[in-house]
Amino acid sequence: MDFTYTETQDMIRDTLARFLADTYDFEKRKVMIASSAGRDAGIWSALATELGMLGAPFAEEHGGLGGGALENALIMEEMGKVIAIEPYLQTVVIGGGALKAVGGAVADAVIPGIIGGEVVIGFAYAEPQGRYDLANIRTSAKADGAGYVLNGHKGVVYAAPWATHLLVTARTGGGNRERAGVELFLIDANAKGITRRDYPTVDGSQASEIYFENVAIPGEALLPGGIDLIEKIVDEATVAVCAEATGVMEKLHQGTLDYSKQRTQFGQPIGRFQVLQHRMVDMFMEVEQARSMVLMATLKLDLPSAQRKAAVSACKSKVSKGANFVGQNAIQTHGGIGITQELAIGHYFKRATIIEGHFGSADYHLDRYEQLTLAE
Amino acid sequence: MQLEFSAEELAFQQEVRTFIAENYPQELRGKQDEGDELAKEDFLAWHKVLYNKGWVAPAWPVEYGGTGWTATQRFIWSEETARADCIRLMPFGLAMVGPVIYTFGTPEQKAKFLPRILSGEDWWCQGYSEPGSGSDLASLRTMAVQDGSDYVVNGQKTWTTMAQHADWGFFLVRTDKEAKQQEGISFLLVDMKSPGITVRPIITLGGEHEVNEVWLEDVRVPVENRVYEENKGWTCAKFLLAHERTGIAGVASSKRGVDKIKSIARAEQDGDKPLIANAFFKRKIAELEIDLTALEFTELRSLAGANAGKGPGPESSLLKIKGSEIQQRLTELALEAVGHYGAPYFRGFGEGDNEHPIGPDYAHRAAPTYFNTRKTTIYGGSNEIQRNIIAKMVLGL
Repeated sequence: MDFTYTETQDMIRDTLARFLADTYDFEKRKVMIASSAGRDAGIWSALATELGMLGAPFAEEHGGLGGGALENALIMEEMGKVIAIEPYLQTVVIGGGALKAVGGAVADAVIPGIIGGEVVIGFAYAEPQGRYDLANIRTSAKADGAGYVLNGHKGVVYAAPWATHLLVTARTGGGNRERAGVELFLIDANAKGITRRDYPTVDGSQASEIYFENVAIPGEALLPGGIDLIEKIVDEATVAVCAEATGVMEKLHQGTLDYSKQRTQFGQPIGRFQVLQHRMVDMFMEVEQARSMVLMATLKLDLPSAQRKAAVSACKSKVSKGANFVGQNAIQTHGGIGITQELAIGHYFKRATIIEGHFGSADYHLDRYEQLTLAE
Repeated sequence: MQLEFSAEELAFQQEVRTFIAENYPQELRGKQDEGDELAKEDFLAWHKVLYNKGWVAPAWPVEYGGTGWTATQRFIWSEETARADCIRLMPFGLAMVGPVIYTFGTPEQKAKFLPRILSGEDWWCQGYSEPGSGSDLASLRTMAVQDGSDYVVNGQKTWTTMAQHADWGFFLVRTDKEAKQQEGISFLLVDMKSPGITVRPIITLGGEHEVNEVWLEDVRVPVENRVYEENKGWTCAKFLLAHERTGIAGVASSKRGVDKIKSIARAEQDGDKPLIANAFFKRKIAELEIDLTALEFTELRSLAGANAGKGPGPESSLLKIKGSEIQQRLTELALEAVGHYGAPYFRGFGEGDNEHPIGPDYAHRAAPTYFNTRKTTIYGGSNEIQRNIIAKMVLGL
């Protein structure tokens, strides 16, 4: 048992933190979100070419740094600290994760493009009726000669307006909610028959509703592995988004602490009031426990699937509740100014709120945890 | 960074398991299974086994009798002893005054006291709280006035656990009335057989006699029994409190507690299903188990920090708060799980008693344990005081 980070991991964290502190201050973030593209594409290029950061979890033979889930967690936490809107989760953690899992020609072809910053991937898995059930899928992929034809509607696909590729879950057979027949496809985001309705999200990013109408895709677009593979990459993504949450929560807590030392009422800083002190201690404890859960789940991602799922669900339910608690209490402690757009704190709160439900709410994950660990 | 144990660590785990299986006192096991209250000899039986093996004080430095184990080995040790349901040794000598003596004591104090703590020859108690000084410990009023080569001590201590069995006590006493509160306190080692000491029992909610009032009337304590400098006792007290708080997380024994709740909930019927199938009860177990996992990994991170040369600091207050809350939730769930049979009051087996207590075996101690465990968020610095400590020392408020 060993809980120390390697020098490379420390270096990744420090380098990224320095870079993001410069490029992602609160005012610059506002400007990029308000721009027509909704982002500054130069940052993504710089992450790839100047920092080599997008290669962190990939094998050296693909041009990566040879890392894995720990590196993803470190990077996502730093992204959380500045509420970055970069598509690292979708492109590197999810798209990259799927490609690493299947390997072969498609991995050799696409991973270098991810590392180089040319590829951006949107993960089209959610459907309007599906909530968090990964097998509740109506989008169909009908075999047609050597390839498939896609039809259906995917909802709230983060980063889709920027994407070069879409990673799509679709049904090649089986009824709605059946595990068998659900497959994963990596396709060209601009394939004929795809229409998008793009929109901003409440947490500062961009997403799309995506409609597939007789989209013809080649046979090699199917990444073999079915629902088991999809669950694995979603579990990895869930832990990554929890890691992001620890960065967001740390900033919510720190911002509240700083504010409580400056804001004066009744002739003294409000941080002197014990009721607020204890609330901030409770926030601190949630941040620390979230960190512990992310570490736990990250280190258990390669266990057999039942143990992996239980660990991830334990982590997500705890982090969702913690993010809710820390976010709401950060706003409450700030008082009126907390509910304006003026301070960064409210923007961290919005991201924390979306993370709460991302890849499953606390209740969803408690259910899954119980099914795996508390059988009669 | 990895969770797996190395080959050496796995071998150590096996060694520990075998040792416990072959050496845990059978009579003690029987008493635990029956839910009997344990006596001093019961604690000493296991203590002696560990002493003879050289494993009684894993956390101590090797030069004073520690095992020299790594943090991972200590983790394995606490996991395995909890898994096997071994009783926890009394902390007052081994976990509290021992570390104070080897950290702050004179060579003579170390030579005199440490071997007897290790062997179990001396049984220790802690003279901290007073009737007027609970959370505000530094307001304590027990006075020690120097007279020749002795201090003469007068005052009253309370909540003194196991004082009825103690050979020695470590006491916080005031040696300077004029100084600021924390600066006039000294740390004394007191022979509990000294003339002028009176110990009176306090019976707690579960019916146990664990704690006592201790009265000191002109008790003479040799100056050589003062640890560290006069009026610097608060330094020892703070050091001890931080040590006490880490042990207080109790992760391994709470894991065993969760297993016990699960087995009760599988045995108890709720309609035509076991209680564990009840969605509300199941949710409470799940949340408890998840919170315990969070505590476990928080403690592991803290141990990793300790390995890297950082001692237990104010963040150990977090472990105390969350650990004690979890201990309480466990006892609450156990009591909820046993339903009606939480109510019968079981006095324990007296001499010659052979009538089986009312209700299932797992129910006898559910209510008394629930009542007794209310103490965990109060002792060792109440959880409110722990929040004050974090607010001041970690958050800078």
